[in-house]
Amino acid sequence: MSKLRPQKEYEKTFAFHFFRWLSGSKDPYLGEVEMKPQKETETAKATILERMNEKEMIRDKVYDVENNKKLAVFHKIYVIMAILFCIILAGLLLYTVSYLPRTGNPSNPDNNMVSRRYIENGLQETGSLNIVSGMILTYRAFDTFGETNVLFIATCCVMILLMVDDAILKKQETVNDRQFEPQNDAILKGTAFVLCPIIFIFGIYIILNGHLSPGGGFSGGAVLGAGLILYVNAYGFKKTQKFFNEHVYKTAKITALCMYGIIGSYFYILGANGIENHIPLGIPGHILSGGIILPIDICVGLEVACTMYAFYALFRRGGL
Amino acid sequence: MDFVQNFPAVSILMCLFAGIISSGMKKRSARYISMGLIVAVTVLSLCTLLYILKTGQAFVYVMGKFPAPWGNEIRAGVLEAFMAFFFCVIMFLSLEGGRKKLADEVEEGKTFLYYVLSDLLLSSLLALVYTNDLFTAYVFVEINTIAACGLIMIRQNGRTIKASARYMIMSLLGSGLFLMGLCMLYDLTGHLLMSNIKEQAALIYASGEYRIPLLIVIALMSVGLAIKSALFPFHAWLPDAYGYSTVSSAAILSSLVSKGYIFLLIKIIYRVIGFDIFNSSKIINVLFIFGLMGMIFGSLSAIRENDVRRMISFSSVAQIGYIYMGIGMGTQAGIGASVFHILSHAATKSLLFIAAIGLTDVSGGSRKFIELTGAAYRNKWAGAAFTVGSLSMVGVPMFSGFISKLLFAQAAVQNNVKMLPALIVLGISTVLNAIYFMKTVIRIYTPVDDGKYDSIRFKDMKSYTVILICFILLNVILGVSSQPVVDLIDQGLAMFS
Repeated sequence: MSKLRPQKEYEKTFAFHFFRWLSGSKDPYLGEVEMKPQKETETAKATILERMNEKEMIRDKVYDVENNKKLAVFHKIYVIMAILFCIILAGLLLYTVSYLPRTGNPSNPDNNMVSRRYIENGLQETGSLNIVSGMILTYRAFDTFGETNVLFIATCCVMILLMVDDAILKKQETVNDRQFEPQNDAILKGTAFVLCPIIFIFGIYIILNGHLSPGGGFSGGAVLGAGLILYVNAYGFKKTQKFFNEHVYKTAKITALCMYGIIGSYFYILGANGIENHIPLGIPGHILSGGIILPIDICVGLEVACTMYAFYALFRRGGL
Repeated sequence: MDFVQNFPAVSILMCLFAGIISSGMKKRSARYISMGLIVAVTVLSLCTLLYILKTGQAFVYVMGKFPAPWGNEIRAGVLEAFMAFFFCVIMFLSLEGGRKKLADEVEEGKTFLYYVLSDLLLSSLLALVYTNDLFTAYVFVEINTIAACGLIMIRQNGRTIKASARYMIMSLLGSGLFLMGLCMLYDLTGHLLMSNIKEQAALIYASGEYRIPLLIVIALMSVGLAIKSALFPFHAWLPDAYGYSTVSSAAILSSLVSKGYIFLLIKIIYRVIGFDIFNSSKIINVLFIFGLMGMIFGSLSAIRENDVRRMISFSSVAQIGYIYMGIGMGTQAGIGASVFHILSHAATKSLLFIAAIGLTDVSGGSRKFIELTGAAYRNKWAGAAFTVGSLSMVGVPMFSGFISKLLFAQAAVQNNVKMLPALIVLGISTVLNAIYFMKTVIRIYTPVDDGKYDSIRFKDMKSYTVILICFILLNVILGVSSQPVVDLIDQGLAMFS
């Protein structure tokens, strides 16, 4: 019969360790092996982005027309329906046109007192040789003010879409591949040197003669704007900014529109209240004649030129 | 001529001036100009309304010294002045309610452009309401379209750019159809002024000469304006445009822009084509059917939606359907109900958009329903406002939506043929409305206490809360004391002809 060993001695034996391990009352590694508490797993931001990208890719695959049969069929039907719809609409409109009054017939409904007064009394009432200018800028001046505001709001929207902050713009200029574009093109420069002054003078002529000859603010402004665009292309933005930067653009635009608004409001409100306004009509045919037409033409011309140039500059480099 | 008669023209011109001047301003002054302008226009419109109620008749105002068929003209009656007043109130509340969000979502350097656009949008709305000349209406429709596009895309992310491109295409299609109709109408009548066109149209209709072109003109104008105001089959642009743009834009677009076009259509029906000629054409049935379909399909899409902003947007499709159903009934009462629904929907939908943004803000900016659970406890006022808006949309008494549904039902009873479909679809649509709005209300009032999101304190959102309370009051006023408003609308419609 074996002797009962004392507890201390027994703890040193292999059997004690074995049974202790078997019952799981002691972790053999605890205290023996160096261990760190486990960290909570964190997904890195980059991984999350990657996963999101993968999700997007899956979605792109679903809309992948080449591999998705159903979508391809749908697209085909869509195209066919669209073409059919357009043909039906065009046919319907053509069919309607055949029922409209014939052009040039003197008894047509649109040959009535409205156009007769424009043609017969236009010269006396507006003082303008150009009946169209007289009509849009005096008889229907309110519509034209609205139309000028359409241009204004269109530039605002393009600005929202394409305007870039100055700081970013400067940074871009060094990185952008635009710097490799030919800049000092002698032929372009020479042509612009000759053409630009002529274009500017011609634009100003069209604007100032809006009440005497065909033309007016809208067409003259477009010519001026085209001249500015040619100048920018030949000499670059830096040189243009010396006389036409954002500040000048804003001042010109706001002044032109406000002047138009003030002249217009003066005309509408006095006219509506039956008060005679004191803008002289002048002698038809003289440069200073036509009442409110000439100043309004100048305002419209400025606004249109600014709009044309602003569109070009915003699309080209995201700033004026 | 009385001094007050200048007010409509002055308010349009003031809006244009404010837009032009604020394009050269910094963000803060642009906002002050815009807010001051809206308050001033509200006061002017109210004066005009009181003046017309006193004299009892509409007046025309010649823009310039040349009288009617030659020059431009605007006209103000009870309904026009009231609409202008109401639009200004909603505009003010929407801009102010979404101001904080606007600062977050729009680039610092471009915020002033937002106010430029909103000023010009207000001018175009006023001009659409007041104009007596079809071509002036077209010019301001253009301004309205471009301004609305700008309002959508000023929050620059991919979705809004896509949404605004879509809106632009659809809206230009609508403008194009409207312009074609306008050209043909000019060819037939030789006038652009509304009252003269109406005389000529009656003569043409009586003589029976140009029947087909007249029918096509009515079709082109109705469809053009229906596309622009998102009637059911043409509503594809709507959910993205309202769902992803910044909240003021969504509120303004849903409650004012589309309503301006509908008001123009009503004006065309009464003052250009003539009520009887319009009713005798088949187009009115098409509008009726599209309206009914919109009421059901808009609600069905809203039920399926998992994004609260898009759900509210789809609900707009259904509500626009109601308005066109009223127009399509072809009775005076139907159009009266439609005009009332324009008001009630404008008040309710902007309330819902602005309340929804309060709820999503306390849910970590997520718009998914699962995150919105319990949001009403975290932002109590927004929760209450959303509930009021939902109840109004569903048509619970005491709120404005109930009155408009009642008026629609009354109008339907007067029409023998269209009574049954109108009443049935009205019932179905109400149930569908209740499903998705009550689902949301129950969701936001389901308590959770996981402490995932912090609740917002009243102190941090004083002005927002005041705006919400104003909206709730507006809704309750329209719902409780609706009779004066209905009388005003009837009086205004009578003044139209």
